[in-house]
Amino acid sequence: MKLLDISQTREQVRSGHSFQQTVSQYIERIDNSNPGLNIVLRDARDEALVQAEQIEKKIRDGSAGKLAGAIMGIKDVICEKGKIVSCGSNMLRDFHSVYDASVIQRLKNEDAILLSRLNMDEFAMGSSTENSIWGASKNPLDPSRVTGGSSGGSAAAVAAGFANATLGSDTGGSIRQPAAYCGVVGLKPSYGRVSRYGLVAYASSFDSIGPLTNTVEDAAKVLQAIAGRDDFDGTSAFESVPDYSDALNESAKGLRIGVPEEYFGEGLDPEIRENVLSRVNQLEKDGATIVPIHLPHMKYGIATYYVLATAEASSNLARFDGVKYGHRADQLKVREALREEEKFLKDQIKQAKSDTDKSLWSTKLEKMDSPLVRLYKETRGEGFGMEVKRRIMLGTYVLSAGYYDAYYGKAQRIRRLIQKDFIEAFKNVDVIVSPTAPTTAFKLGSNQDDPIQMYLNDIYTISANLAGVCGISVPSGLHSDGMPIGLQFMANAFDEKSLIRAGRLVELQ
Amino acid sequence: MSVSKDDVAYMANLARLKVTDSEIEQFQSDMNKILGYMELLNQVDTSNVEPLDHVIELPPNYRKDVAFEPLDHDEALKNAPDADSDYFRVPRVIE
Repeated sequence: MKLLDISQTREQVRSGHSFQQTVSQYIERIDNSNPGLNIVLRDARDEALVQAEQIEKKIRDGSAGKLAGAIMGIKDVICEKGKIVSCGSNMLRDFHSVYDASVIQRLKNEDAILLSRLNMDEFAMGSSTENSIWGASKNPLDPSRVTGGSSGGSAAAVAAGFANATLGSDTGGSIRQPAAYCGVVGLKPSYGRVSRYGLVAYASSFDSIGPLTNTVEDAAKVLQAIAGRDDFDGTSAFESVPDYSDALNESAKGLRIGVPEEYFGEGLDPEIRENVLSRVNQLEKDGATIVPIHLPHMKYGIATYYVLATAEASSNLARFDGVKYGHRADQLKVREALREEEKFLKDQIKQAKSDTDKSLWSTKLEKMDSPLVRLYKETRGEGFGMEVKRRIMLGTYVLSAGYYDAYYGKAQRIRRLIQKDFIEAFKNVDVIVSPTAPTTAFKLGSNQDDPIQMYLNDIYTISANLAGVCGISVPSGLHSDGMPIGLQFMANAFDEKSLIRAGRLVELQ
Repeated sequence: MSVSKDDVAYMANLARLKVTDSEIEQFQSDMNKILGYMELLNQVDTSNVEPLDHVIELPPNYRKDVAFEPLDHDEALKNAPDADSDYFRVPRVIE
């Protein structure tokens, strides 16, 4: 569905069209199509309609912010004051944020309307938006297929016309891969470019917030609003934010595009390969310089990521203990169960036929959980879904005594080698081109039983997070299966301008 | 290296996760698969490589020592499963 972009929407309002009416059309589309697609979890329509009236006035008197005209949805992992932030988890099913994330504050400052909260894989862990307590989201272009993930709701909302821009988060490809699967633009900024304050943390050294939109221009606009240093995030960078719109009108002349052999090899759908390479050919004809390059450590990306990200997740998700916020297991039941356990163990000690047996049961009795510890365990057992538990378990394992060096330490070293590959590459090229994902959107349920197969969907996107560089996925035409193909550009840390330039050139082809 | 059921139960205890018997079996199989895949990392010689814990170098940065309004009590306790007017409440720890 091609909708007016943010500037066009604003222009339309300036020339007399009712902004409320435009917002109403978005709400209508949600009412009509969302029940079958399960993309929007909640909306703030009344608030949005009131805001539309106020923003309309501002547009007409010339005082409107830079995002006036944006009708947005937010991934349910970014805090909006007073709203539920569920992270797709039973753990936070009823959690209401008590503050705005910095990105939300910045969007509000620029007069964006925040209409909806969007579905996602639980705690941003997944590549299909099937791991959500609210149920799987379906791809608007073919409801038998996944939206991709974990920002599946954010990509699909744009594709379905429920929003003209959304925010997602990208830890290993979670903006770019769903953008590719849904045929929209998705931009993952460099690590540190956008404040993470108010983003519920999954893997803090990887997480980035970024926009999903219909056009590269809109992605640039949203990025412009949210980028820049924030004192509330100690890892947000001091680098100044350039004017991204400058990059929209640059030609291909002089653009140096790296083509990494490793990203076009085994496992890649041949049609996608063909599609991306033909775009590259056209860019060359238009004056770009094509440079064959190598990123030799790319094949270790997935394994490295799943050591480091799960380690960070196991630590980050320790905060969910049923005490300060979120789900808590039934305390009375926990106490009752403990009492019964204690009674059982004491009986066993009494009935023990040998000293060995007796000391065995005594040890068990001594080691019994305290009521508080048991409450943590029950709470977390009930609150987290299977994929989240799997990653917490893995992360705990790779950080545990005896395995730390073999897994965590090793992966941190390989992370440096992966980053070095990129630093070397960007000495000679402005952007690196690749497919965004090895296939188009797969069928719902098809990768559910094999975690590794699911993880391999991120093979082309994950290195950018490991290296801290930025990436964009832009729609690049349709596959013969009817689904969109995503083309990815990656650029050096803080060089989002080159992404926008290159992305725009593909959009214009 | 292969993960046993006892290993899984040990990790679950460290992670403060209640797991059922069937989950233990599932995790054992998944973790062995995934850790098996991670063996790939041993192909890389990292003997002269420093670990990377941060992708960007940030200069040391201190904020100004200026007080700002903290979250008030009611707000901070609003999402607590159990609280009185001042504190989060948890099960008794000391008998």
